[in-house]
Amino acid sequence: MNASKVQAGKTSVFHAVDIAKIYQMGEVEVHALRGVSLDLYEGEFVVLLGASGSGKSTLLNILGGLDSPTSGTVHYRDHELTASDASQLTQYRRDNVGFVFQFYNLIPSLTARENVELITEIATSPMDAMDALDLVGLKPRADHFPAQLSGGEQQRVAIARAIAKNPNVLLCDEPTGALDVQTGIVVLQAIGQINRQLGTTTAVITHNAEIAKMADRVILLSDGHIAGIETNSTKFAAQDLRW
Amino acid sequence: MRKLDRKLLRDLYQLRGQAAAIVLVIAAGVATFVMSMCAYHSLTATKDAFYRDYRFADVFTSTHRAPDALLPRLRDIEGVAAIETRLVYDVLLDVVGMSEPATARLISVPDRGQSELNQVYIRRGRMIEPLHTGEVVVSEVFAAAHGFVPGDQVRAIINGKTQSMKIVGIALSPEYVIQVQPGSVLPDDKRFGIFWIGRRDLEAAFDMTGAFNSVTVRLALGHETVRVIDELDRLLKPYGSVGAYDRDEQLSHRYLSDELSQLRGMAVMAPAIFLGVAAFLLNIAVSRIITQQREQIAALKAFGYSDFEVGAHYLNLVFVISVGGSIAGSLIGFWMGANMMGMYEEFYKFPALTFLIHWPAVAAAFLMTSAAAVVGTFLSVRSAVTLPPAEAIRPEAPPSYRASWFERVVPKRFLAPEMRMVVRNLTRRPVRAALSVVGIAMAVAVMVLGNFSLDAMNYMMEFQFRLAQRQDLTVTFVEPATESVMYEVQNLDGVLESETMRSVATRIRFQNRSRRIGIMGLLPDPQLYRLLDADEREVRVPEFGIMLNSKLSEVLGASIGDEVIVEVLEGKRPTLTMEVSAIVEEYAGINAYMNKRLLHEVLLESNVASGAFLKVDPNRIDAVFAELEERPGVGSVTIKDAMMQSFEQTVAENILVMRSFIVMFAAVIAIGVVYNTAKISLSERQRDLATMRVMGFTNREVSTVLLGEIIIFTVLAIPLGCVIGYGLAAVMTAGLDTDNYRIPLVISRNTLLLASSVVVVATILSALLVQRRVKRLDLISVLKTRD
Ligand SMILES: Nc1ncnc2c1ncn2[C@@H]1O[C@H](COP(=O)(O)OP(=O)(O)OP(=O)(O)O)[C@@H](O)[C@H]1O
Ligand SMILES: [Mg+2]
Repeated sequence: MNASKVQAGKTSVFHAVDIAKIYQMGEVEVHALRGVSLDLYEGEFVVLLGASGSGKSTLLNILGGLDSPTSGTVHYRDHELTASDASQLTQYRRDNVGFVFQFYNLIPSLTARENVELITEIATSPMDAMDALDLVGLKPRADHFPAQLSGGEQQRVAIARAIAKNPNVLLCDEPTGALDVQTGIVVLQAIGQINRQLGTTTAVITHNAEIAKMADRVILLSDGHIAGIETNSTKFAAQDLRW
Repeated sequence: MRKLDRKLLRDLYQLRGQAAAIVLVIAAGVATFVMSMCAYHSLTATKDAFYRDYRFADVFTSTHRAPDALLPRLRDIEGVAAIETRLVYDVLLDVVGMSEPATARLISVPDRGQSELNQVYIRRGRMIEPLHTGEVVVSEVFAAAHGFVPGDQVRAIINGKTQSMKIVGIALSPEYVIQVQPGSVLPDDKRFGIFWIGRRDLEAAFDMTGAFNSVTVRLALGHETVRVIDELDRLLKPYGSVGAYDRDEQLSHRYLSDELSQLRGMAVMAPAIFLGVAAFLLNIAVSRIITQQREQIAALKAFGYSDFEVGAHYLNLVFVISVGGSIAGSLIGFWMGANMMGMYEEFYKFPALTFLIHWPAVAAAFLMTSAAAVVGTFLSVRSAVTLPPAEAIRPEAPPSYRASWFERVVPKRFLAPEMRMVVRNLTRRPVRAALSVVGIAMAVAVMVLGNFSLDAMNYMMEFQFRLAQRQDLTVTFVEPATESVMYEVQNLDGVLESETMRSVATRIRFQNRSRRIGIMGLLPDPQLYRLLDADEREVRVPEFGIMLNSKLSEVLGASIGDEVIVEVLEGKRPTLTMEVSAIVEEYAGINAYMNKRLLHEVLLESNVASGAFLKVDPNRIDAVFAELEERPGVGSVTIKDAMMQSFEQTVAENILVMRSFIVMFAAVIAIGVVYNTAKISLSERQRDLATMRVMGFTNREVSTVLLGEIIIFTVLAIPLGCVIGYGLAAVMTAGLDTDNYRIPLVISRNTLLLASSVVVVATILSALLVQRRVKRLDLISVLKTRD
């Protein structure tokens, strides 16, 4: 199935063709991705679904310029990521990508606000760090250190950090994996809001099929293949999801 | 401030204990380096200025009696820029209230006033007025030791007659920056003084009108010293020259040179040891931080921080510590250097000895420290830089533990679970464990090194002045004494045993090397002045051949069986070829010995003596001394105990000062290493420990896991440290080896015990500090945050 046909007329942000990723583990080759082709479009909210080990994180890392595929090509707009060297990839991430990690990866020695400012300092057209924290409802906790925040609050700081640079793409790897339902919904709301208000192309990995209801499109991964792509006719808001 | 820099400051604050320990270790190395380099340059600058301004001579020689008429011919020697003839005599001094003898060296000053060479710097009072008889100027140390002030009278026994002299000034001279009596190794302020006196006075007293017995020469630039020396020797030979020598063999200059080369040695050794330890400590601290911050680094990179920015961030952390250490070290170094100058002022007398900061040395210290820091942390920082973010973003797999060989050997039931954790931690990172052991061992080693100098000094004294030499008094005669004089001396009331010796000035050559030495002729089986080998066994004086002491044998490169050439510089001046028959062990001076009877034969003389060694009834020492002093022909009398005492007061005091510095530094290393190791174990395992606590283990049991490791390290480190310390001491003895003395490689058991105890105390202190942190471990926050 060719994704570009489904959403004809929209600008393609990512254009991946036949990407494969093979990890060499001594004698054993692990095929994390086996020929994945897909396009992500401007302003789109995409959810990546799939069993554990199906290659979701690998795909997201490749799109985010953290990793490169063993074969195949990936374009970000006019820019061929697969032809870029390490410093070009760094520049690409610096200018375009916001990440949210499953385990937050905040700097424990910096406050919430400083964690955000750490990123806005090197961005070209960032928003104000406090505004970003406000978007995730954490303005009152701006001067707390990660250790003084709950897991969900830390994850929201991580989101504020990711969006504060006004990224062109927002990539989230299981942002709610470690959170309870209520907090998970708050976090997803924040992501949905950024996607709607700023038109940021957003890709979210999850194990939770319910979350897929928020998406424009749902991409199903299975054993390193794309097993299917569904287009949602109605997008749910985060608070309407039932877990 | 950049947020990344703020992170750096907070990380540093988190690390403050470890950082402070590392800063201290660096500071110790830098301080020693800066201190010795600054002291070196201050001393050199002061010395050079004094030598230049007061016209220190380049070549020296003395004769028996040479006529003034010879002077124009000496002046014409090619390469001589300035020359001065003078009279120099050693006489006994009669000091009120002093039972031991003091020797005064009388040096003539031209009747017109100041000398041309080796000029006198007047500290107090005035110079001798031209043609005023009976006036003298006294060297400062001697005046200070006796409380002399201008206006005081002293009495000397000149040529058998007591003569009174009036002190008009207190002075210094480039020739006697340090005052050491020939034949003794150590300065003795009380018993050896320099007196400058009008030439007319000396001429009259010694019947030397129109003659001289000492020559000093300043060389023109670019002339070979050897040629001038040969010419001087040739011209003065008929007048009883004992051979000219240059500054290298001039006592005061040689002591200064030795001191300078020792400062140099210290400037090399100290940074090598301390910065090595600091590099190691930085290595474990930084590699720990970087492992700990793996996921933070990944996040920074994911958001577009470049490899360079990440690398610089961690290097900056390292630089803050190393620069901090350099600054602290430099300041301490300045302070120590200023103290050192104070100490030098007691020994080395200059018009003004000021401590100068040598900035290039400070710059070098900063560079060396930075280099050590980078070397120590390079691999860790590179691992941070090259960390692939996609991999680091996921939590690290749990470390793979295995049951080690140790557990296979030791049955399970002997190992409590806590101890099993300890053993597994150690065997999982053997290199880290080994480095920690080496680090603690370095502390032991530095302690051993610090105390070794005192051990060596004690052994030297014991060997030389108790085992080898057993006399109480040493007497020397102005002219070789006949049998009847000797008989009188040996039969003074109170003299229990006595031995005579004959000593003669010579130049000894082997291949292309030569030295001016006094050869001492001894009885075949001396019991008071004994010669020993390296194993402290007595060496008999053989009938034929010459015996060299170990230093002379080393300097000449001659060993047993080699034939050396001996040019006698007295009397008929025969030149002999002699076989080296034995090497005897001595730690001070370069000396050679032979059978006294053989010496008489080659000198074609009867049984005469240059001096005698006496064993005296302890109650009669003062009386014997007084009788000797009155006797004409007696040149000097030395009381061994008095000499040893004054040595212990001065030299040992200074060694103690140095030693307390080193002990302090060793403690710093010990605490630094042990505390760091403990702290790192704590931070690496705080999740495990917190988990254990949550599961119901007691504080004690949890501490066992942590402290068990440190105790094992310390136990292994102590013997290793003793061995390394021995090695360092060997390097140091080689480095500090000079023409004046050799340092024996002796380390006492007390030194080893002390070194071990300091490290054990450091271990206990660090353990207590860490244990306190275990108690305060905030279980909830440790388990909540991931590190
Ligand atoms: N660094 C690596 N070395 C070896 N194999 C790897 C590595 N990273 C991922 N893999 C393997 O590649 C496959 C895909 O991994 P990936 O992390 O993309 O899965 P995932 O879909 O994100 O799984 P999960 O939902 O559990 O996070 C897995 O089989 C994994 O074991
Ligand atoms: Mg994953």
